Amino acid sequence: MFFLSQNSRWCFDPLALFFLGVIALVSLPSFLFSAGYLRAQFSRGRSLLATGLTVFFVLSMAVVVASANLILFLFAWEFMSLVSYFLVVFEHEHEASVKAGMIYLVMTHVGTAFLLAAFLLLHAQAGTWDFEGIRAAAPAFTPALKNILFGLFLAGFGMKAGIVPLHIWLPYAHPQAPASVSSIMSGAMIKVAIYGLLRFIAGMLGVPPVWWGHVILVAAGISCLVGVIYALMEHDIKKLLAYHSVENIGIILLGIGAGMVFWSWGWGVLAAAAFAAGLYHTVNHAVFKGLLFLCSGSIQVATGTRDIEKLGGLIKRMPQTAASFLVGAMAISALPPLSGFVSEWLIFQVFFAGLRDASSGGKLFFAGMMACLALTSALAAACFVKAFGVAFLAMSRSRAAAEAREASLSMRSAMIFLAALTVALGLGAGLVWKMFCAVAASFLEPPASAWSGLFSGSWDLIRFPGTDACLRTPMIMLALGAGIAAVYLFVRLTARKRVMTAGRTWDCGYYRLDHRTEYTATAFSKPFRIAFSFFLLPYRKTEKIRDSFYHVKEFTYETATTPIFKRYLYDPMVRGFFKLAQYVKGFQMGSIHWYLAYIFVTILILVVIFGRP
Amino acid sequence: MKASLLLLQAGFAVLGAPLVSGFIRKVKNALRMRRGAPLGQPYYNIVKCMAKEEVVSEATSWIFRWTPSIVLGSTLAALMFVPVFSFSLSAPGMGDVLTLFFLFSLGRFFLALAGLDAGSAFGGMGSSREMFIASFVEPVAILSVAVVAGHSASPQGGLMACSMGMSFSGMVAAAALFMVVLAETSRIPVDNQETHLELTMIHEAMLLEYSGPSLAMLETAAHTKQLIWFSLLGAILWPWPVGSSAALSDIAAAAAFFVLKIILCAVIVGLTEVSLAKMRLFRVADFLGLAFLFSVLALVISGLGY
Repeated sequence: MFFLSQNSRWCFDPLALFFLGVIALVSLPSFLFSAGYLRAQFSRGRSLLATGLTVFFVLSMAVVVASANLILFLFAWEFMSLVSYFLVVFEHEHEASVKAGMIYLVMTHVGTAFLLAAFLLLHAQAGTWDFEGIRAAAPAFTPALKNILFGLFLAGFGMKAGIVPLHIWLPYAHPQAPASVSSIMSGAMIKVAIYGLLRFIAGMLGVPPVWWGHVILVAAGISCLVGVIYALMEHDIKKLLAYHSVENIGIILLGIGAGMVFWSWGWGVLAAAAFAAGLYHTVNHAVFKGLLFLCSGSIQVATGTRDIEKLGGLIKRMPQTAASFLVGAMAISALPPLSGFVSEWLIFQVFFAGLRDASSGGKLFFAGMMACLALTSALAAACFVKAFGVAFLAMSRSRAAAEAREASLSMRSAMIFLAALTVALGLGAGLVWKMFCAVAASFLEPPASAWSGLFSGSWDLIRFPGTDACLRTPMIMLALGAGIAAVYLFVRLTARKRVMTAGRTWDCGYYRLDHRTEYTATAFSKPFRIAFSFFLLPYRKTEKIRDSFYHVKEFTYETATTPIFKRYLYDPMVRGFFKLAQYVKGFQMGSIHWYLAYIFVTILILVVIFGRP
Repeated sequence: MKASLLLLQAGFAVLGAPLVSGFIRKVKNALRMRRGAPLGQPYYNIVKCMAKEEVVSEATSWIFRWTPSIVLGSTLAALMFVPVFSFSLSAPGMGDVLTLFFLFSLGRFFLALAGLDAGSAFGGMGSSREMFIASFVEPVAILSVAVVAGHSASPQGGLMACSMGMSFSGMVAAAALFMVVLAETSRIPVDNQETHLELTMIHEAMLLEYSGPSLAMLETAAHTKQLIWFSLLGAILWPWPVGSSAALSDIAAAAAFFVLKIILCAVIVGLTEVSLAKMRLFRVADFLGLAFLFSVLALVISGLGY
């Protein structure tokens, strides 16, 4: 092919290898999971089709990450989008799938259009399609051109990553795909967009102006909060997880944005550390979100529903799924000593370094970001108390939940593998951090020799450069384990006559409590709904049908929140497009005579303009 | 040597923590012109609970049974990350104050799950409210500690739970942190330890299903957590002696001073509780918003160099 010169088809530098690793870490367990999952959900032929599509999906992602050429990149990118579209509409008999697929298809192509524009600009300026050539030509670009490229890349990749307000396809598309695919989409595909941002913005355009970093940080902060607040309101387990992907992409970008700010200030080592923290959260999110999506698939197979209000008590019916989900929930809530804690701790350190050493305006900015991350992580913990507590604990809220069965061996082993990986990424923090520091240093300029202060620690110790903060997760684990063991043994020895009687939950002396008196997910999230009502705009609908003035025969009550991005941003846009289409219809009335006339007039005009000798 | 001192300190902290609660009650009762329960009442309660039979709801799972150990265990682990008596007595190189906060989150996470586990509406209500308040507490706590740590480089690096001297910004941050402490130790105006009214209780609602030794463990954890917050407040507002060694005489001096600080904290908390009324749940967000404002103010002041 003409655009592929012999030596620049592939690039396997540390950044590409890192993301290939992420894709592999998520996809392999998903394949294992899908062996049991697809068989339980679909017929033989359709599961084969799904597996085939997933293979192509994963391969196309790998090609995107490994390609060293704009055109190859774009083809693979488009292939990835299309295959994932087919997977989103895989259950095409449901109207929701088709609608989700439509939104996804439109959004992803708008994103690709931005990328196409950016790539054509790059080619026009650099005269080559190869990454190497562009990287060499980039220092000569004018600042204005760089700014335009930054905007195009941010919009194009941001669409895929799900940065607010470009996130709206995500909570539609991710839940509709089969769970093994949702896990890959959320765990790996949106990370490919992060790869794109790093490769093109940080890896090609050189030292950024400081406002790029600020733009990314603000977008990231908004994504975090919006994602987690919507997740709190959501009771469809897969949609809830999809909103958490928006949140976690925000957290990843907090690290990357801070890295860009530091880089432009000339704080080389701290910049690399911030990028590495973002990369750390990328891997962590891939692993625990993949895990959580697999658990949601296991729940769906067992109960046939994704609505947590209809679950409950699953921990007794599906102990291994419950334990795996708990590990994922603890990691995403940043509880020590699991993986999510380490990466959020690192990003806090990044902000602390900014807060301590920046000038006054920068101090306030980083303080705001720090508060934003703290609020996000606490809200995420609340959301996962809700998700785990309502879905897995207490009494079953429906017959389906009461009769749930534990998942098959292939599904369980995939979940347990990812849960173990989540623990390992937390306990082996020093080792992992060292690796990611090397990756971050490799794609920043100047070359790696300048990063001597970046990593000083050992396999179990993270020493954050700049603030000298230390974290030793194995020791935290040890302290925790010792504490719990000490308490257990102490009570065991002192309360020797400890008698445990099984009784009923305290019901204030009324009749036996049942599942209808349990606290629901809606009730759990009510304080949040009220506190964030300025953003969520909740409303309720009540309908009373009366026999007479005194007696209400029927009463329906409904409460919901207003999706403001859809209503105030996308709906007007869609209406605008339809209006435009109506207008265009005026020219295009379906009569061939008119079309011939158009062609004639066009040729005439062209001849007049260009026809001169 | 140091490890054994650390463990000794943790032991003292756990044993002494119920006394602080008893002392606060005594202060409150004195202010209300009552005689009140004896100083050692929290100890009697714990001992009584340890000897009692335990009733566990049939609806619960292993989460409910293991939560008391996890909550108390994580609080014990948290003791390693805060300078209780002396700065030299917090484990170096293991983590910083963020680790402390997230260890508290760990305990809270499980306690909230246990609240939901019995399937009672009380427990769920308590869990929901606890997580709600915690989400506003966390930004204030982290930001105020960051301001103090950023104002003067701390000896052990990172966000250590102490300041290096009294400063104006440190005091404003401590004011913010004091409001956090009220929320975290379930004190008026955020929560009320003395009532079991379903409209108002938060922390107690989550514990409602617990009895016997499990309840004793959770009570001990709450007392210990309170002591940790008080010592954090003390270390930030009034750090003395700074940079003392691990020599026994220094530690003894620091311990005496520490007791003084805790008594002061307890008196202030008692006074606050007696003079304020409990807030509605949604006013708590405003209360903690004010605390957040204080921490931002502290940041601005520290930016000015005070």
